[in-house]
Amino acid sequence: MDAILLQLLNGLDKGGAYALIALGLTLAFGTLGIVNFAHGALFMLGAFCAVTFNKFLTISKSVKDESITFFDAYKEVPYLEIWWGDTGAAIIDYAVPLSILFAIPVMLLIGWALERGLIQYFYKRTHASQILFTFGLAIVIQEIIRHIFGANPIPTPAPEIVSGSANIGLYLGLGENIIYPWWRLIYFSFSIIVITAVFAFLKFTTFGMVVRAGIQNREMVGMLGINIERRFTIVFSLSAVVAGVAGVMYAPIVPPDFHLGMDFLVLTFVVVVVGGMGSLPGAVAAGFLLGVLQSFAAMNEVKEILPGIDQIIIYLVAVVVLLVRPRGLMGVKGVFED
Amino acid sequence: MGSKAVLQVTNVLKTFGGLKALNNLNLTIEEGTVHAIIGPNGAGKSTLLNVCIGQLTPDTGTVEFDGQIITGLAPHEISQRGISRVFQTPQIFEDLDILQNVMIPALAHIDGQFTFNAVKDLRHRNEVKRAAMEIIEQMNLGDQLHDRAGAMSRGNKRRLELAMCLVQKPKLLLLDEPTAGMARADTNQTIEILKKIKATGMTKVIIEHDMNVVFSLADRVSVLAQGTIIAEGTPQEIRESEIVKEAYLGGAKI
Amino acid sequence: MLRGFLKINMKKLLKNNLVIMIIFSVVVLTMPIWMQPFGAAYPDILQKFVIFGVFAIGYNILFGLTGYLSFGHAAFLGVGSYTAVWSFKLLTMNIIPAIILSVIMSGIFAVLMGYVALRRSGIYFSILTLAFAQMCYNLAYSVLTPITNGETGLQLAKSDPRVIDRLFSEAGEGLPSTTLFGIETSGYSGFYISAVVMIIVFYISLKIFNSSFGLKLKAIKSNQNRMRYLGFNTRPYLLTAFVISGMYAGLAGGLLAATDPLAGAERMQWTASGEVILMTILGGVGTLFGPLLGVIIIKYFENIFSAINQLDLHSFYSIFPTWLENAMVSISSLFVGEGWHMTLGLLFMLVVAFLPGGVLEGMQLTYKKLTTYVSKKRNKTGGESKKETGVNHGK
Repeated sequence: MDAILLQLLNGLDKGGAYALIALGLTLAFGTLGIVNFAHGALFMLGAFCAVTFNKFLTISKSVKDESITFFDAYKEVPYLEIWWGDTGAAIIDYAVPLSILFAIPVMLLIGWALERGLIQYFYKRTHASQILFTFGLAIVIQEIIRHIFGANPIPTPAPEIVSGSANIGLYLGLGENIIYPWWRLIYFSFSIIVITAVFAFLKFTTFGMVVRAGIQNREMVGMLGINIERRFTIVFSLSAVVAGVAGVMYAPIVPPDFHLGMDFLVLTFVVVVVGGMGSLPGAVAAGFLLGVLQSFAAMNEVKEILPGIDQIIIYLVAVVVLLVRPRGLMGVKGVFED
Repeated sequence: MGSKAVLQVTNVLKTFGGLKALNNLNLTIEEGTVHAIIGPNGAGKSTLLNVCIGQLTPDTGTVEFDGQIITGLAPHEISQRGISRVFQTPQIFEDLDILQNVMIPALAHIDGQFTFNAVKDLRHRNEVKRAAMEIIEQMNLGDQLHDRAGAMSRGNKRRLELAMCLVQKPKLLLLDEPTAGMARADTNQTIEILKKIKATGMTKVIIEHDMNVVFSLADRVSVLAQGTIIAEGTPQEIRESEIVKEAYLGGAKI
Repeated sequence: MLRGFLKINMKKLLKNNLVIMIIFSVVVLTMPIWMQPFGAAYPDILQKFVIFGVFAIGYNILFGLTGYLSFGHAAFLGVGSYTAVWSFKLLTMNIIPAIILSVIMSGIFAVLMGYVALRRSGIYFSILTLAFAQMCYNLAYSVLTPITNGETGLQLAKSDPRVIDRLFSEAGEGLPSTTLFGIETSGYSGFYISAVVMIIVFYISLKIFNSSFGLKLKAIKSNQNRMRYLGFNTRPYLLTAFVISGMYAGLAGGLLAATDPLAGAERMQWTASGEVILMTILGGVGTLFGPLLGVIIIKYFENIFSAINQLDLHSFYSIFPTWLENAMVSISSLFVGEGWHMTLGLLFMLVVAFLPGGVLEGMQLTYKKLTTYVSKKRNKTGGESKKETGVNHGK
C-alpha cells in the first residue's frame, strides 16, 4: 500500500511536466494547426533560463578568505552577497523560483520571435513540412545551447528550505515509509496551478473564448473578422511560456543539458496523441496518467514480471490507445484527420 | 421498364447527434433506369449516397445491391461489387496526369483487391491503357493526356472523375450534382455525355439541383425531404405534384 | 531539324531502363575516380555513400511514393546491423548469410510495426512509428543487453562459435575479418560490394517506380479516399511498401556491419531516422536519384565539416586582422566540428522552407528558367520563328 502510494506520488511530478508540455503543444496545434517539434526545445530553454538566472545572480568577485590564516586564500563571493549580505544570499538561494519572473518575458519574446519570424509561414504547409521544419529548428536551438553551456548537465539547486524530503506518510498518518522530496511536491502543485490558470484564462476571457472556438473550427473564426494573426502570435507565445516555466521548475529535478528537450519531446508527443489531438483536458489527463503509469512500471515488483517494461510502457500504452480509440482518450472529431 | 431492383434501400435510419439525416428511408432503384433524387438542401441526399457507398454505416436498416446486403462492408468492397460514385467536389488524383488518373480505376477493375506485380505489370498495361484512352476520348479530354489533373478547370475535373467511374463499367453509377458550379456550355456537354451513357443501359442515380438536367435525363424522380421520400414518379408526375411543389419548390430558393 | 530529332531520341533513350542502369552503374562504380578532386575518394566515405544510398532509396519507396512519414526506419537499420553481427558471431564471417538474415529480420520487424502503425495515417502514423523506434532503442539499451551488449555495442570476440567456419578451418589467431568467399570486405572491396548491392536495389526501386504497383502508391499519396472508392484496399499496398522500405533499411544495416562488424543502439535513435528523412527531402522526395544526391551531399559535408577544428579555422581566416579573425572563427565554429549538427538543422529548415522539392527540383527549375531565358533571347532576334511556334502551339 505504501509502495503504491509512493509510486503514485513519484509519477505526479513527471506527469505534471508531461501535462504542461503537452498543454502548450496542444494549444499550438489546436489553434494554429502547427505541429511543433521544437516545443521540447522550448521546455529546455526554460530550464536554461533558470541556469542563466542562477549564473547571473552568482556573478562573483574574488575575496580574500578570512577564515584561512596560514596563507593568502581567495574565495569567490557573489556580488549580491557583498552588497546585501544575508538578503543577497537568500535571493541566490531562491534563484530557481525567482527565475520564473525572468523566464516569462524571455519566453514570451522567444515565442513571439519564432512565430513572427518563422512559424507563421508554415500555417498553410502540410503537417509533414511543419514537422520537418520544426525538427530542424529544435536541432538548431539545442546546438546553440550546447555551444553556450557545454554538453554537461548543469546542477541547479532548489532553495535550501525545500531541498529535503517531506515525510508525507507521517502527516497523513499512514506510517513513516512515504518520504517524498519537497521540490517534487512543489512541482506537482505548481503544474496544477499553471494548468488551472491556463484553463481559467481560456474559459473566462474573450480571448480564451476565441481560442477555444478556433480549436473547434479554425476557418469559421477566421471568417468572423477577428484579427487571427495577432491572436496566433499570442497563443504561440503563451504555449512557449507554459513550456518555459515548466522547464524552469524542472531544473532542480533533473540537471538540464542541451538534450533535455528532445528526451521530453518524443514522450510528450505520445502523451498528446494518447490524450487526443486538439483536446486540452485530454493532454492534461494523459500527461498525469502516463507519468503515474511510468512510475508504477518502474517498481521492482513489476519489473520482475515484465523486464524492461519501464522503458517502453508509455509507447506501449500509446500503441494500444491509438488502436482501440483512434482519436485518443478525449480526441476531438475532425482534428488532424486526413 | 426493367422490373429487377438493382439497389434496395430498406428502412435506413441515420442520425447525427439528435438530427435524423435519414429517417426510415425506403428506396428502390430499378435496373437500367436513370433515377433522379431531388430535394431541398439538407434533405439527406448526400447522406443517402454516403450510406450506399459505405462511407457511413446506417444506425438501422439495410442497403441491398444486386440481391446482397452491402451495409457494413468497407468502401472498397462495395466498389468491387460494381458501385461507382462521382462526388460533389471532384475526387481525383490531383498530382497525377489524366491518363494515369483513368488507368488506376481500370487497374482496379482488372487487379481486384490487391496484387503486388512490380515485375509482371506489362501484361496488363496495354489493355488498361486502351480502355482508359477510349473513355478519355469519349470525354473529350484526349488533348490533355499528360497534363497534371490538379491544374485543370473544375468542369474538366468533373468530367475526368466521370471518366474514372465509367472506365470501371459499374453496374450502378451514383452522380452527386454532376453539373453544379458548371458553366452553361459545360452543363450541356455533360448532359450530352450522360445521354450517351444512358443509351448503354447503365443504371444511374443522379442528385441534381438543375431541373433542366433532371427532366431531360431521368426516367424516374424521387423527392427527398427531411430524410424520407415524400413522392416518387415519372418526371411528368413530379412536375405536376402539389406535395412536391409545397415541400420543395416552395421551400427552396431557386 | 536534326537537333530536334536527336533531342527526341536522346529523351527516349534516357527513358530506357537499360540505358539508365548502364549510366548509373558506371557513375557509381567510378566514384573512386571522380570523387578524387573533391577529396572524398577514400573507402570509408565511399562506403557510407552507397550504404546510406541503399537506406535512402528504400525510405523513398515509402515516403516518396506513399507520402507516409515514418520516424521509425532507424530501428530497421539497427535490427539489420545486430542481426548481421550475430551472424558473424554464430555462423560465419561470410557476409552473404549475414546480409540475407538482416534483410529477413528487418522484414519481420517491418511487418509487425507496419501492421500496427498503418492503421492510422498522417501525423498519427508518424507518432506510432516514432513510438516503435523508441521502444526498440530503449529496450536495446536495457533489457536486451544480452543481445545488444548495451552501450558498448555488439562486437566480435575471439571466443565466438562461428559454427559454419569451424566446419572448414580452425580458429585463427586474432579476430577474423568479414569476407565474401575469401575476399575481405573492408576498404575498397567493401565499397565495390556495397556499390553492386546498391545498383541492384536501385534497379528494383526503378522497377517499382515504373510499375502499376508504384502508380497505385502514388495514387494513394494523392488521394487515398478516392482509391478506396475505386475499389482498392489500400492497406496491403501500404504495408508492402512499408516492408520493402524496411527491408532496404535492414539491408543497409547489414552492409554497415559487413564493412565494419560493429553494432550500437545509437543507430536506432529517432534522430537517425531524422537524418534519412533529411537526405531524402534534400535530394528530392519521390524522385529516383534525389535521395542518392541527398546522401552524397550530407555525408560529404558531414565528413568535411565535422573534421574542421579551431586551428583550421584560424589558418583559414589568417588573412584578416586578428580581431576579425577571432570573430569569424567563433562564428564559424558554431557550424563545424561538434557544431555540424547545427549546420544539419539549419539545412533542414532551409530545404523545407525554400526547396520542398529538393535539390533536384531546384536544379530542374533553374534549368527551365535558363532555357526559357535563352529561347526568349533567341526569339527576340528572329520574330519569324516566334510566330511559327505560336501557330504550332495553337494547333
